[in-house]
Amino acid sequence: MATSQSTTSAGIRTWLAGAAAPVGLGVILLVIWQASVTYYAVPHYVLPSPVRIAKALAEDWATLGLSLLSTLRVTFVALFLAVTLGVMLAILLTQWRWLERSLLPYAVVLQVTPIVSLAPLIIIWVGDIQVALLICAWLVAFFPILSNTILGLNSADHNLVDLFEVYGATRWQKLVLLRLPASMPYFLGGLKISGGLALIGAVVAEFVAGTGGSGSGLAFRILESGYQLRIPRMFAALILISITGIAIYLVTNWISWLILHRWHESALKREV
Amino acid sequence: MTETLIRMEGVSKQFTKGVLAVQDMSLSINRGDFVSLLGPSGCGKSTALKMIAGLLPVTAGKIAVAQPTTKSEQDLGFVFQEPTLMPWASVFDNVWLPLRLAGNDRKAAGDRIRAALTEVGLSRFETSYPRELSGGMKMRVSIARALVTRPRILLMDEPFAALDEMTRMKLNNDVLRLAAEHALTVVFVTHSVFESVYLSNRVVVMAARPGRVAADVTIDEPWPRDESFRTSEKYVQECNKVSAILKSTLNMDDIDH
Repeated sequence: MATSQSTTSAGIRTWLAGAAAPVGLGVILLVIWQASVTYYAVPHYVLPSPVRIAKALAEDWATLGLSLLSTLRVTFVALFLAVTLGVMLAILLTQWRWLERSLLPYAVVLQVTPIVSLAPLIIIWVGDIQVALLICAWLVAFFPILSNTILGLNSADHNLVDLFEVYGATRWQKLVLLRLPASMPYFLGGLKISGGLALIGAVVAEFVAGTGGSGSGLAFRILESGYQLRIPRMFAALILISITGIAIYLVTNWISWLILHRWHESALKREV
Repeated sequence: MTETLIRMEGVSKQFTKGVLAVQDMSLSINRGDFVSLLGPSGCGKSTALKMIAGLLPVTAGKIAVAQPTTKSEQDLGFVFQEPTLMPWASVFDNVWLPLRLAGNDRKAAGDRIRAALTEVGLSRFETSYPRELSGGMKMRVSIARALVTRPRILLMDEPFAALDEMTRMKLNNDVLRLAAEHALTVVFVTHSVFESVYLSNRVVVMAARPGRVAADVTIDEPWPRDESFRTSEKYVQECNKVSAILKSTLNMDDIDH
């Protein structure tokens, strides 16, 4: 176990070394930002200093935290639905090709229509604003999962398909033991894209809905702060959205690594 | 005393796009035969093998493969040109596959999997993943997987074509040993005259466009063979004989090779 521990700590060390450069750059930029805003006496309603933004974040945490929670809920429920429905539909479509041929064009239509133009309609049609937000976020997150998983399910090695045939595998065995594992790299590629898109979908829908109240998301806080010229708070909300996006990116990357690192080219480190 | 395990009668295969891959092929393969299907690319030898395996329907004619005498999972093992392993599964799990598809869980199949891996010299690599193995080792896993169900018939589709010469010779000897030990009936597709003569007691030479049997040559030498056969006068003679037949089929088709 000693070796595995030392490789783990070595791994952490290389990770820290890799993180040092971007973090260092970030700190330098923040210092320059703070110094220039102070030196040139830039009004805080034009460009607030980092310290002022941090203060706004702390002071308005009660409101912003609730909004963050609201946005997170919409994002993750939408992503969860996109994954489950996307994978299930992909499985159905690849089992019955006529279904794929008849349904896929409509999925493409939904995908290529910008969500900003669809959102007002959805909000009018669906009475419950939370449900409307969810539908918008789901719509943008759904397609990458669907199309990538379909591609993945169809990418199983033909010889392996033949091998399963030789051994009289059932349709179910072929799906579970061959097609689903073979689709993993593609599905995970879709998940990485959809994770970010679910957040974008949620934020865009919140902008379009523009409703206030305690349950409203971060996008509404940005709108509200804009109207009230509370720019530091606007930046604070913006930072929370960015952090959420980064967190989703890191988590989906980590999931992908967990599943693929033992066998897939994309996750392998080449020895030098 | 000679039991026919595979019988092809007037078998033809035309693909949907119109290519006539195999024309009027008849062949009887007896128990214990090691038959090589030898021919240039496009002579339908792989197609013939896939039809025997039941992977391709025949257009005309009939293929009969003897039913297993005892109730076993699978009477037929197939080794592809590529190792055709599942990259996401360990060596153990890859070899488990045929038994798993027949409903055996890991534990019930364990002994047979380990035995098959020992036979191909990979008992220490149970937990390895395919990417961690060399080309020759991957092919050994593929052979272990084909043998794990204890089949009577082993179909091999140019299994060693992509390997280096040394590895190929070694695997040739392994296949000979395993075929003899398990009294396997082997159909071995190859485009190498040397390989076919070394391994088999019958070389079926096929001609191309359309694929058909041009000659059925018996290699009447003691079997199984070992390295001493490779350097013997007899081997050279047999190779020359088969080469000449193969060449005449090429001239017949007037193809530049």
